[in-house]
Amino acid sequence: MFRGRTFLLFLVATVAAADPAPQSSIDGAIRYGLGEPLTTDQIAALNISVLPNGEGLPEGKGSAREGATVYATHCAACHGDEGEGRGDFVALVGGQGTLSSTQPVLTVGSYWPTATTAFDYIRRAMPYTTPGVLTADEVYAVTAWILEKNQIIAPGTVLDRRTLPKVRMPNKDGFLPDPRPDVAR
Amino acid sequence: MAIAAIPAAVSAEEMRTLGAARREYGERSQFERSARLFPPASSTPMTGASRSPLQDQFGIITPSALHFERHHSGVPTIDPATHELAIHGLVERPQRFTMSLLKRLPSVSRIHFIECGGNAGREHRGNSGATVQQSHGLVSCSEWTGVRLSTLLREVGLKPAARWVLAEGADASRHARSIPLAKALEDVLVAYGQNGEALRPEQGYPLRLLVPGWEGNVSVKWLHRLHVIDQPMMTRDEAASYTDLMPDGKARAFSFEMESNSVITSPSGGQQVEGRGWLEISGLAWSGRGRIEQVDVSTDGGRTWRQAELQAPVLSKAFTRFRLPWRWDGQEAVLVSRSRDETGYVQPTREAIVAARGMKEGPDGFNHYNGMKPWKITREGMVTHV
Repeated sequence: MFRGRTFLLFLVATVAAADPAPQSSIDGAIRYGLGEPLTTDQIAALNISVLPNGEGLPEGKGSAREGATVYATHCAACHGDEGEGRGDFVALVGGQGTLSSTQPVLTVGSYWPTATTAFDYIRRAMPYTTPGVLTADEVYAVTAWILEKNQIIAPGTVLDRRTLPKVRMPNKDGFLPDPRPDVAR
Repeated sequence: MAIAAIPAAVSAEEMRTLGAARREYGERSQFERSARLFPPASSTPMTGASRSPLQDQFGIITPSALHFERHHSGVPTIDPATHELAIHGLVERPQRFTMSLLKRLPSVSRIHFIECGGNAGREHRGNSGATVQQSHGLVSCSEWTGVRLSTLLREVGLKPAARWVLAEGADASRHARSIPLAKALEDVLVAYGQNGEALRPEQGYPLRLLVPGWEGNVSVKWLHRLHVIDQPMMTRDEAASYTDLMPDGKARAFSFEMESNSVITSPSGGQQVEGRGWLEISGLAWSGRGRIEQVDVSTDGGRTWRQAELQAPVLSKAFTRFRLPWRWDGQEAVLVSRSRDETGYVQPTREAIVAARGMKEGPDGFNHYNGMKPWKITREGMVTHV
């Protein structure tokens, strides 16, 4: 036993002498230090995350009035003139009060729990064939158009980084944690 | 008259002709036709899903070229020489990693299935798939190689408030999902390898997240950004799309795990059993909660069951191949399999799932369906859905 411990100490000393010790983190695991630092500017250029509390929303503003033009130009061809949906392209408007019925209609207005989700998704992925073409003002405006059509915001409401996270979605409390396993044998 | 050493009559053409030359990158035999399946006409041709031909797969590894696909805005073309992974947010040292730096970090290879959350969702609806490719083709299994996400998070150092990791892809939809930190640290990989070579473009080349056992949508492909945050971001795919609507109008959210499942791939729908006698019933079982412990097979529609043999090694959150020799007597038969995983959970029937969760589809149909799948063999040997 004594011999074993002596050998272990010898081994540790040899390894330490041959190679400078890597940096250790709090839990004792090795940190390799290979990554390049990411600067604040680089993060700002990459980071399009928008959190439900509004963190990450850009400057800019828009209302449904401007949003109607944005929608007609970039969205209506697929989602329909009034956001009613068309074929594979989902409806964006309507369906409130139908979730507990036998024919639920799931739209941004009836189903989505957070208003920031609409802004985020439009900015990151829409329009389908030309994502990224809309300005921040246009994304705020078309988000306002969708929310106003769903009668979630009052006519004329201007959305910006302060007002958008305060919008209360009708189905905000409609979601539950995963209870599975839930199926009896 | 000279006599040929080998009479032409008994040697086939290929034995008397020089074969083809070597080639740098191999292709399958010209006689093989197995292919992914997707609708030929689509309103969004770049986007959608293609289904893996499970009926043709041997063993547990899906050939990379036949791995199912699901993407939202097409498959991007990404040059690995310029691709970088950025990690920022609630971390001590925001960092970026080139592909070559990632490959210097300690790597690990693991065999895991990926299953689309909506796999077999039409079975829940009652539209029974005619073939196993149609019914269950949105699942595949590969050996994935990459860096543990926990290694990368240790490199950047987590701040105490860190709770979730947002993963974002570099495709035209900038697909994004939030993953709880506990799972991120448990077994998630940042993978660049698939079945011994680089990821296929459809599978996220050059870099993807691999979240073992969870709905495939969270295994973000074309990974370019990880944002450590204190709450889920509520992206469309977690706030709305991948939720499960219940009969009372409430919906389950963040229902990540794919529960224990199995399906018989041979004989399966669309195939023909050629005559009575012995044949091998074979199929695939998998569970997002761990190892498959047992698979039972019934040939009488679930009245009696026999235990199938499991092909070793049986791996956690991976395909497990099961087999059972069976003598078909030429009579009508209904074949069905039932898996049990290491948690003791037993794969349910469709009826039990419908009783528990109802018949209301979420925004993209039914998710997380894992009901038993019966196949009927007619007296003529035709295999059909039930």
